[in-house]
Amino acid sequence: MSEVLATRVEEMRRGTTTVDDLARQLADLKRQVENIKPGAEERVSIIVFSGDLDKVLAAFVIATGAVAMGMEAVMFFTFWGTPVLRDAKKSAGGKDLMGKMFGFMLPKGRNALKLSKMNMGGMGTSMMKSLMKKKNVASLDQMLEMAGELGVKIYICEMSMSLMGFKQGEFIDYPDLKYVGVATFLEQAKNSKVQLFI
Amino acid sequence: MSDEIKTDKTMDLKGLPCPQPVIKVSKGIKEIQVGQVLEAVTTDPGSLADFPAWARTSGHEILKTDQGGGLITFWIKRMK
Repeated sequence: MSEVLATRVEEMRRGTTTVDDLARQLADLKRQVENIKPGAEERVSIIVFSGDLDKVLAAFVIATGAVAMGMEAVMFFTFWGTPVLRDAKKSAGGKDLMGKMFGFMLPKGRNALKLSKMNMGGMGTSMMKSLMKKKNVASLDQMLEMAGELGVKIYICEMSMSLMGFKQGEFIDYPDLKYVGVATFLEQAKNSKVQLFI
Repeated sequence: MSDEIKTDKTMDLKGLPCPQPVIKVSKGIKEIQVGQVLEAVTTDPGSLADFPAWARTSGHEILKTDQGGGLITFWIKRMK
């Protein structure tokens, strides 16, 4: 870069550089600096890989908390996180045997999730849910509603969807819900100040 | 006694645990004008650390904090 600068200075001295040239150089250098700055934007980008109740809850607390603090939040639901966004009231036809099996074995939406530990055949999860209710801790239903109001962006992984045989029609209605691949997620994640894998 | 801070809006956040208090004040602060004061009452002990962190990051000022009887009260000035 210092050679470029030296050349420029030489050109200026010889009067062969115009103001336009300098303006262009400046714009170019600005762009380069922007690209070197890692994680500059006030945004939390979360990969929700888990489909456990406790982990998904934590992801939502972080995402909604971030927006409350004035940051942006993006959640990318992939793999075991994909079934979390199924709508329990919707179903999709046209699935093959594998798709039907996955549809049956995987949780049908956020209210069918289990704790990652101490599930104890479902007892642990019920106990946790009633404890949360008693202490007024927001449920996943409430979390999703708050997230939608606050403008948390949610992306669903297309690849996981097709792997598990899910169709777009069986997912929840959520403002600006997008079906994307890893590149879309990474494009915004690379510039986010906070990147998490849950 | 000490001079009372003039409050322009009050929020009762009693009984709400994390992350709800911070989420609600972030919404509530938008309902007052810049320069006005929001008074928020909470029972969440995490708020003691969370509200100042929230204020710092979102650019508002906590004028006063009061604790007593299990309640924490914040007077927050909207700065922008």
